[in-house]
Amino acid sequence: MILSTARRTALRSVGALPRSTSVFSSPFNNPSALRRLLSSLAILEQRDGKLNHGSLSAITAAKKLGGSIHGFVAGSNIKPVAEEAAKVEGVEKIIAVDNAAYDKGLPENYAPLLVENIKKGGYTHIIAGHTAFGKSLLPRVAALLDSQQVSDITAIENENTFVRPIYAGNAIATVESSDPIKIVTIRGTAFPAAEAQGGSAAIEDGVDPKVEISTEWVSEDLAKSDRPDLATAGKVVSGGRGLKSKEDFDKIMLPLADALGAAVGASRAAVDSGYADNSLQVGQTGKVVAPQLYLAVGISGAIQHLAGMKDSKVIAAINKDAEAPIFQVADVGLVGDLFEKVPELTEKLKSS
Amino acid sequence: MSALRILVPVKRVIDYAVKPRVNKAQTGVETAGVKHSMNPFDELSVEESVRIREKNSAPGGVEDICVISAGPTKAADVLRTAMAMGADRGIHVDVKEGEDLEPLSVAKLLKATVEKEKSNLVILGKQSIDDDAAQTGPMLAGLLGWPQATQASKVVFGKGDTVEVTKEVDGGVETVRAKLPMVITTDLRLNEPRYASLPNIMKAKKKPLVKMSLSDLGVANERRLKVVKVTEPPPRKGGGKVEDVDGLISKLKELGAI
Repeated sequence: MILSTARRTALRSVGALPRSTSVFSSPFNNPSALRRLLSSLAILEQRDGKLNHGSLSAITAAKKLGGSIHGFVAGSNIKPVAEEAAKVEGVEKIIAVDNAAYDKGLPENYAPLLVENIKKGGYTHIIAGHTAFGKSLLPRVAALLDSQQVSDITAIENENTFVRPIYAGNAIATVESSDPIKIVTIRGTAFPAAEAQGGSAAIEDGVDPKVEISTEWVSEDLAKSDRPDLATAGKVVSGGRGLKSKEDFDKIMLPLADALGAAVGASRAAVDSGYADNSLQVGQTGKVVAPQLYLAVGISGAIQHLAGMKDSKVIAAINKDAEAPIFQVADVGLVGDLFEKVPELTEKLKSS
Repeated sequence: MSALRILVPVKRVIDYAVKPRVNKAQTGVETAGVKHSMNPFDELSVEESVRIREKNSAPGGVEDICVISAGPTKAADVLRTAMAMGADRGIHVDVKEGEDLEPLSVAKLLKATVEKEKSNLVILGKQSIDDDAAQTGPMLAGLLGWPQATQASKVVFGKGDTVEVTKEVDGGVETVRAKLPMVITTDLRLNEPRYASLPNIMKAKKKPLVKMSLSDLGVANERRLKVVKVTEPPPRKGGGKVEDVDGLISKLKELGAI
């Protein structure tokens, strides 16, 4: 506790120095001074006793910051999850809290749990994915610590300065935080998940404030799919309003996805019309993807949709409207009736 | 069962259909002369509040629907829209143009309002489409120590002040049950907001709209984040079109995509 207080006091005094002070204005120029001060806590997700490997992106982001890195996991029978997370190279310690009360990640008790562990560890940076879990939890943690969170960052410039898209990705803001504890959520597609190998972190029990809550988890209904996960797939085929019905969506898009080994996505129009499940929506308010290949079928390319896929390596589009905005961003476009072109494409991909 | 006193925070943002442009000084996006409207997720919050009353779905009934917005003079426009949709009254917290509040300050302002207005349910949008932060709802819940349900696609009231909320999560939906007072944030699938009819727009002009300042609520506009710069995203150039499926396949192979 003494150490952590000292550490934070030191950091505050760094923040108070004039920006022109050369040593500190660009902390990355002086990594040895930085490492003594900076320590990150990466919040890792688990479900049913399995580590969510996507959440290891938080460790990649922590590595970019430098300084010491701890990981945090909580839930029932947490040991195997902690052991798996401990294998990530560069992680010093995994803080684990074994308590079934945290299995569903309810922010009402998970936030105070994190706050206690953050205070105990004296961390300067708290990092979690900008996932449903992170979006629900981290702002609550930030409020309890009186810190202004920085959401959905895509790059780290230095320990105080982060880059994040705003206005559905139509502008990129660089912001500098003056809070002593920086709380950030990261865009998974901008920070590849760290691999769980090469490391041997110590595992330590965290503090458990056991906050009683009245919120109950009732049920869940998760879409089952054998196809790759949309958020992390290397290839994504996505369908829009042009598919006309759920039957056509399934008949046209699923064989194409299977021929490419791709995940299936959808535009908001397709989801709202009931052609595809909500969880498949790509865009500002759905998932943000950045695969090797994004193939947009019957999608016009509204700005809210582009916000979710324009960082894809290669964008291809099939649309009957040659003026559709999607063609302005597509690396390769084919103007034509998707009901003819897509089955032909699927056949040719299968036979090649 | 307590009667509901619903607080609905709404934000005036650049209209969702407008493509924002970064200003020349690279300090933000161009807002002058650009069409603004109510943040789409906030429309869902207003709609849900009005439906709870109309459908009589809360056992204790709805006593009050109060909308609040913090922003420049024109923020009053979105409050009038919300009142035309069915909210009872509005609070406009006057904040000068260009002195926008960060989510933590908004959450503090809302906490003060909740206490003043004795609200027991706050319904917010899950995010505003300008800053895309998605923070204010959970921050407010944290400050109040209330339960929260984010990204709601369904809200059902039960006995004894319980509320069951279905939330959109990665890969599907999840349902949680909590007790009033609570904070809910809305997701797209929750409802379809109504258009304000002309007679209702006229009626809304007579509904009470109170103007306040941050200091009235005991909140300071304390900025923790400094915007260093705002830039355009790297442009993406369309690579042109191909004639047929064979052309598409060979181009994708050439690009190393398949």
